[in-house]
Amino acid sequence: MHVAQVAPKVSNEIGLTNKKSIETVDNIIEIIKSTLESGEDVLFSGFGEFSILEKNVRKGRNPATGNDMMLPARKVVNFKCSGNLRERISRKD
Amino acid sequence: MNKLELISALKKEADISKSEAAKIVQIFFDSMSEALINQERIEIRGLCSFFVKNYKSYVGRNPKTGEKVLINPKRLPFFKCGKELRERVNK
Repeated sequence: MHVAQVAPKVSNEIGLTNKKSIETVDNIIEIIKSTLESGEDVLFSGFGEFSILEKNVRKGRNPATGNDMMLPARKVVNFKCSGNLRERISRKD
Repeated sequence: MNKLELISALKKEADISKSEAAKIVQIFFDSMSEALINQERIEIRGLCSFFVKNYKSYVGRNPKTGEKVLINPKRLPFFKCGKELRERVNK
């Protein structure tokens, strides 16, 4: 699935223009991104939860050269699938 | 942020009615759920991508008791953070 496939559904089902439909879908994506950027978790019942995890500095190794290096502390985005959706994904055959 | 807050934010941002915003948010998440249920890959550039992994049945162990248990075949969605989102979160 691609984002470009969502906008036509929006214009079909709600009757917004193509341009406006693309914009609203972009708005959703931007809202999710800026919320995560501010450090806030994003939770959608029935789909899942996006959260920010803080990673500490740790020692790593460059797999290509074998050199030791320090990986800096960083934040990563984590996704936890809702139980309901997980079951629906597993069940379908 | 939850779904209701996303709907309000979208209403404001896109200058549409609340019911329109609610429907659009629903369409967005339904499309993603459907794609995953059909084992399709999802790609939302800048935000994230998802793919579904297939697991065969295997014998696992209950980590608490050490008992062997048969795990049924399953599918799990995997999330990969987009480049833009990763960079913005670390800014």
